[in-house]
Amino acid sequence: MRNKKLLFIILLIAFPFKSLALIEVDITRGNLSPLPLAVSSLASNKKDKENLEKKLEIKDLGLEISLIVENNLKKSGLFNPLNKDAFLQKPDIAHLKPRFEDWALIKAQALITGKVNFIDDKLRVEFRLWDVLAGKEMLALAFTTVPKNWRRVGHIISDKVYERLTGEKGYFDTRVIYVAEEGPKTQRVKKLAIMDQDGFNTKYLTLGNELVLTPRFNPTNQMVTYLSYFKNLPRVYLLDIETGIQEVVGDFPGMTFAPRFSPDGKKIIMSFAMDGNSDIYTMNLENRIVERITNHPSIDTSPSYSPDGKYIAFNSDRSGYQQIYVMKSNGKNVKRISFGKGLYGTPVWSPRGDLIAFTKLHKGKFYIGVMRTDGKGERLLTENFYQEAPSWSPNGRVLIFYRETKTNSKGEGFSAKLWSIDLTGYNERLVETETDASDPSWSSLLSN
Amino acid sequence: MNLGKINKNIFLVLFLSFVLSACATQTAKKVDSQMQGDVYTGTDTVEYLADGVPDRVFFATNESVLTTASRETLRKQASWLRKNSEITVVLEGHADERGTREYNLALGERRANAAKDYLMTYGISSSRISVISYGKERPVDSGSNPLAWSKNRRSVTVKAN
Repeated sequence: MRNKKLLFIILLIAFPFKSLALIEVDITRGNLSPLPLAVSSLASNKKDKENLEKKLEIKDLGLEISLIVENNLKKSGLFNPLNKDAFLQKPDIAHLKPRFEDWALIKAQALITGKVNFIDDKLRVEFRLWDVLAGKEMLALAFTTVPKNWRRVGHIISDKVYERLTGEKGYFDTRVIYVAEEGPKTQRVKKLAIMDQDGFNTKYLTLGNELVLTPRFNPTNQMVTYLSYFKNLPRVYLLDIETGIQEVVGDFPGMTFAPRFSPDGKKIIMSFAMDGNSDIYTMNLENRIVERITNHPSIDTSPSYSPDGKYIAFNSDRSGYQQIYVMKSNGKNVKRISFGKGLYGTPVWSPRGDLIAFTKLHKGKFYIGVMRTDGKGERLLTENFYQEAPSWSPNGRVLIFYRETKTNSKGEGFSAKLWSIDLTGYNERLVETETDASDPSWSSLLSN
Repeated sequence: MNLGKINKNIFLVLFLSFVLSACATQTAKKVDSQMQGDVYTGTDTVEYLADGVPDRVFFATNESVLTTASRETLRKQASWLRKNSEITVVLEGHADERGTREYNLALGERRANAAKDYLMTYGISSSRISVISYGKERPVDSGSNPLAWSKNRRSVTVKAN
């Protein structure tokens, strides 16, 4: 299903052994001196260039793809793409055999070159990653796809380069689903929206007729679960973003909310509120069997599975105030793990399994932070007037969340925006969206 | 530093603290008149279901406990509902913006149910009352200050037919 969109053939031109790894980027610490690298424009012959321009209305596709790669790598905070004006060697010649002295002269430690062809209505892109100082090729790959997937080719190249240089999977060929917001604070109109992780290809999935909140991706396919106030009945819905088909999940006699998928994508875990009490339930999407997981007179909400599916982190005020708890996936062995000062909410288990991201409210400030799964080693990454709802990049290195501004004395100046920050606490960035935005959820890698 | 300068500084500090404390008492008074603890007691946003029957009750931060004033309002609503037995209502529970979205949805539901329970103890059948939570999604006051937040922590009784 996933591969249907992007049918590509990967040709291994050369694949050097990992043991020869020369340049390495350490991503476990805040990187204050990002690796300088050169992303050469991808070369193409005159005829292919003209045909591609006719097809896509893009003048120099090779250049555009190289800019996607540059932008991705730059925003990761780990790399410093050098200005193309300083490049001495032409793209086509560099791709055949770089003159490493020229690239060393401008202080590039790595070089990316490539070639774009248009053959039988298919886009063929190849690229190479070079270690400039060692004068060696580190990676070479080629992809064939339909031309309209050209941006994804840029993202896949970015992922391959990131993986080769850091030793960990990338997160560029991904999408973010979020809630697009417009209108005055007292009457916000909210729509589901989806975009590529770099902010391109935004699509709106609902019209804004009813309030929608908290969309989350299925980690295994293109399904999304979210809360909709359709007909003024707040219920958890399931949406297939390929077909646009949506359905209500479960016929509960009250509000269902705070949905998330299990790691295998087969269950939805959510809260069900009735008579003033919210508890956590799961629904098996194959046989629609509903299971009650918590049974406590307090508020139990914001459940999130561990990546192995064995545990659930959730938010409860059973101690009197909002705190984070962990239990086995059958609801047994409930343990509170947050013991710092303040209130804790929105626990989200890292895809690597070792950390839980959260929102903390303390002395009128909101923090995004991480703690180990036993609650120890709390680290606050960012402080602001209002921010919440962290969501992990699929490699567990970056968090995306939303932030709201304080209004002035007349109640004006409200905005909601998406932000991202590295697990290290460095590299905080505004994620640009067409409208105001909240409740981001990061997809898995679309290709591997 | 000479003595004269020190004296001058002391005078400045005293003067400033006088000005500041004057401001503080003024705003405190203004807020006091509309909040008790941090529960809203004003009438700014209140609408009326009928003559003398306010449509909403207010809550303290993170709380769903009904105050004395809230119970009085709900008794008025109950008596109005008893007199108008064909009317059904929706109780809309809300939270302020100073909480996470999902917890606030649960909190709004808890608040609306606190109001519902009270109406039921005064003889209104549960079949006439439905409940919906909007969490922090529908503030009445767009301000980012304690008074605005106190107006937004509310349960509003709305005629459904």
